[in-house]
Amino acid sequence: MYISDTIAAISTPVGEGGIGIIRVSGENARKIAGFIFVPHKSGGLKSHRFYYGRIINPADGTCLDEAMVVLMLAPKSYTAEDVLEIQCHGGYLVVQKILELVLRQGARLAEPGEFTKRAFLNGRLDLVQAEAVIDVIRGKTEAALALAQHQREGLLSRKIADIKEGIAESLALIESCLDFPEEDIEFAGNAEITNLVGNSLEGIDTLLRGYSEGKLLREGVSVLIAGKPNVGKSSLLNTLLKEKRSIVTSVPGTTRDIIEEVVNIKGLPVKMLDTAGIREARDEIEQEGVRLALEKIPLADLVLFVMDASRTFDSEDLLLLDAVEGKAVLVVINKCDLPVILSLPPEFSAWQTVEISTATGYGIDKLCNQIYATFFHGDAVDAREYVAVSLARQRDVLIRSADSLRTFIKNFNEGLNLELVAVDLRDALNAVGELTGETTADDILDLIFQRFCIGK
Amino acid sequence: MVVYEEKYDVVVVGAGHAGCEAALAAARMGCKTLLLTINLDSVALMSCNPAIGGLAKGHLVREIDALGGEMGKNIDATGIQFRILNTKKGPAVRASRAQADKQMYRLRMKYVLELQEKLEIKQGEVTGLHLEEGVVTGVDTKVGVRYPGKTVIITTGTFMRGLIHVGLTSYPGGRAGDLPSIGLSDRLRDIGFTVGRLKTGTPARLNGKTIDFGRLEVQNGDEVPVPFSFSTLSIDRPQLPCHIAYTNERTHEIIRAGLDRSPLYSGIIQGVGPRYCPSIEDKVVRFPEKVRHQTFLEPEGKDTVEIYPSGLSTSLPIDIQFNLYRSIEGLERVEIMRPAYAIEYDYVDPIQLHASLETKPVSNLYHAGQINGTSGYEEAAAQGLIAGINAALRCKGKEPLILGRSEAYIGVLIDDLVTLGTKEPYRMFTSRAEYRLLLREDNADLRLREKGHAVGLLPEKEYRAFIEKKEMIKEEFARLKCCRITPSDTDPGFLSTHGLAGLQNAITYEQLLRRPDITYRELGRIDPCSMEVPELVREQVEIQIKYQGYIERQLLEVDRAAKLEGTQIPRNYDYKSLSGLSAEVREKFIKFSPDTLGQASRIPGITPAAITILSIALKVLKEQ
Repeated sequence: MYISDTIAAISTPVGEGGIGIIRVSGENARKIAGFIFVPHKSGGLKSHRFYYGRIINPADGTCLDEAMVVLMLAPKSYTAEDVLEIQCHGGYLVVQKILELVLRQGARLAEPGEFTKRAFLNGRLDLVQAEAVIDVIRGKTEAALALAQHQREGLLSRKIADIKEGIAESLALIESCLDFPEEDIEFAGNAEITNLVGNSLEGIDTLLRGYSEGKLLREGVSVLIAGKPNVGKSSLLNTLLKEKRSIVTSVPGTTRDIIEEVVNIKGLPVKMLDTAGIREARDEIEQEGVRLALEKIPLADLVLFVMDASRTFDSEDLLLLDAVEGKAVLVVINKCDLPVILSLPPEFSAWQTVEISTATGYGIDKLCNQIYATFFHGDAVDAREYVAVSLARQRDVLIRSADSLRTFIKNFNEGLNLELVAVDLRDALNAVGELTGETTADDILDLIFQRFCIGK
Repeated sequence: MVVYEEKYDVVVVGAGHAGCEAALAAARMGCKTLLLTINLDSVALMSCNPAIGGLAKGHLVREIDALGGEMGKNIDATGIQFRILNTKKGPAVRASRAQADKQMYRLRMKYVLELQEKLEIKQGEVTGLHLEEGVVTGVDTKVGVRYPGKTVIITTGTFMRGLIHVGLTSYPGGRAGDLPSIGLSDRLRDIGFTVGRLKTGTPARLNGKTIDFGRLEVQNGDEVPVPFSFSTLSIDRPQLPCHIAYTNERTHEIIRAGLDRSPLYSGIIQGVGPRYCPSIEDKVVRFPEKVRHQTFLEPEGKDTVEIYPSGLSTSLPIDIQFNLYRSIEGLERVEIMRPAYAIEYDYVDPIQLHASLETKPVSNLYHAGQINGTSGYEEAAAQGLIAGINAALRCKGKEPLILGRSEAYIGVLIDDLVTLGTKEPYRMFTSRAEYRLLLREDNADLRLREKGHAVGLLPEKEYRAFIEKKEMIKEEFARLKCCRITPSDTDPGFLSTHGLAGLQNAITYEQLLRRPDITYRELGRIDPCSMEVPELVREQVEIQIKYQGYIERQLLEVDRAAKLEGTQIPRNYDYKSLSGLSAEVREKFIKFSPDTLGQASRIPGITPAAITILSIALKVLKEQ
């Protein structure tokens, strides 16, 4: 919500275009250009001129990409602020890395619609256009919220929640010393606080490593393929992948581990998990596979409930039906090329159903559309943008939080006053709070009152 | 109904800690003021703890004083033990606390009120409000007098429909020994206010003659008492000690055996009590693993034997109370002079207030203190002062005084109340202030004296003293910035003590003071001039220099938030016409009807996107 800081975002759809554009707006735009861009011909950048050169990480001098750069000084720019546009190669990782580099130089990731908002607030748009701005922000926010909703239930958000809890607890311990000096309570030792903070920092660092390997992009949305044995789960995954990766046989119960693959569905990277067939297991190894499969269900954003059109609905299907209670489910009826015997019980009426045949390829496109639609309603929304934006935001937030935690640990160990180091801890907490929701002063007091018997 | 012949500018209902500050502020600002109380012998009575201050509360008192309020002066004149808490921690969390002589405290305050020009204090129970077209114009009392007033401030404390509980026995009362206020909260509900129920409690008062103090740990005050008020030069009254005692397993067994007759655990008490101030039975139930709980035995005054055992509030039956207190070592023979009790009372949801403390449904009506869901004398006094100032400003046709979250704990307090409301009695903690490093006791005058002066509350003499201090601070800063030590001219012993032996270039005294190991006292070794600077000036300069980095960080955040805080939302803004808000967000905006974008952004569940949309809509509105 700050008007005076510098914002940045990727302004082209991610992943598929030939070029990617990173846009930076605000008073630091020119400075950032100076930090990261080395023009082919030496000399400063003039406003509104294109320059060819290289994007360099000033920290280690490595070159990220060749790029065209244009600097548009205020007020002659879209936002009426200093604007920097970097055009680079359009691959997801390159664009993302350059954005991260920009963010590290003191820019903040733009909110949805924020460039337009600034344009308006700086008087570049008229009143009629203002209404449109509101619609854009609303549309984009809702899409981002929808995605966040899916992520909230996922594994990643759980990890972030754990990290936040650790920070909040350490802050509560410190605040208890500050606000309740007269109470007969045992204050936490320094070791407990450094441990808690250390664990949170480690958690963040682990996550951050995941981002830089591009791994978490795939964790954006996860779809679990589940069903009783031999309904064609692995064939489905292979059809989606269009290549054979997992062993497919007609012996029931072949897939025993979880198989993970990323499938590109309409540009949206989707993590597909293929699991063991759900049934009363016949041996220990199979039992392990079934256990793994059931464990994964709560973590998936969407479950594909795969059934065999040529077999009747039976007790094994019922097992899975119990396990997916409360989840987002898409019913996939496979083997539709064979004579249809299956009839679905009424419990299934609430879910969308898609008929396919992995043998003939029938219905696969429809299935992809349906998976896509589950996550993103409406045509106006570019799903890929949100996956990318939300990942960049997570990373940005985590980096800021980690920086604050490191400052905290250093100052805390040096014996700086508690009310000062509390500021660092609060910064770290607020940063993570941007992803998971704010921790209020009252929440911290709650933690204190839960742990300590306080009251004079 | 007899209409009283005088027409007042400000009528204050209730003479507790909020009411006294409100009435004094309004009268001192030149308004014709009436203060009505149920009992003139209970003015500024400390219903619970005979103490003022503590963490964040001491901060509030210093702020009240800086603005021109009375609380700081009153405790300085009647305190019997002064202590600074957290002296080993940094300046932002250092806080003053004092034990009060309870009777002297109330008598002095009453006398100050009596002597105040333009202020009248009268006994009378207010049972109704007189409104004309949504504007309050006076109050009605039980005996049938209508006192006309341009503005009215309600500060009823725990009195509205007060219900006292001792075990399963309960009876109406505003406080032990006082009548409740019946009728007023019904009237407020009729007008359209949301009225809720809260609970609080107080321990028994013990007879000091029956306590074996010799077996208890002594806690003395500071050797040199530091006053609360910026205008008090020194405190030379004799100081009394407190004593520390502990409950034990037997106490806890007695308590557990009485739980079946506890109004709290049998569900008789409906009001919500404070988490931070639980009764002893609450502590025993919630923390069964704790083998003892601490109590401070606080003297209630120098001319009384009554002792206040802090931390031992209870609503258990009287027979349990006898055994409970007597199970404590040193208290085996103790006599209870007044039983402990819990009290339930009505409060009015504070989200129905503007930040000026004027109510949203009724113009010229202000609420302050426990009626707004707070707890604590200091919290009450702070609100009373602001309500008094703003009622007076309204009479003069001026804009209200609203303190920001970055300016004062008073600002944090009121903003929390009016934007978030409260579900339990609200107490101030330093952790509630996001700009804690800026809101220190030591700089309350620098933060607020000008404001107190601007509204006309600060006596000229106090203001001049402040201006002088401010000048001296400025001069001292200038001196420290230009005086330098050079490696060649400085005592080598000093240099090596502070790891400066290899110093190449001259450095300023300011740079020197920035080092954690160099205090003014150290600087005095090489700079005798600095010892001539008054201590309060030195303190201020040193704190500002030492914490500069962190202070600047917080100032930067204040700057960033300023835009939101400064954007006003028109009263009765039509959120329904605003496209782009989700139904949930819109409902919240309508319910809380925030005064500024800053307030709007702090409403729980409001997204940054909603704030963006609102800010754009407001800009559109402005340009139309």
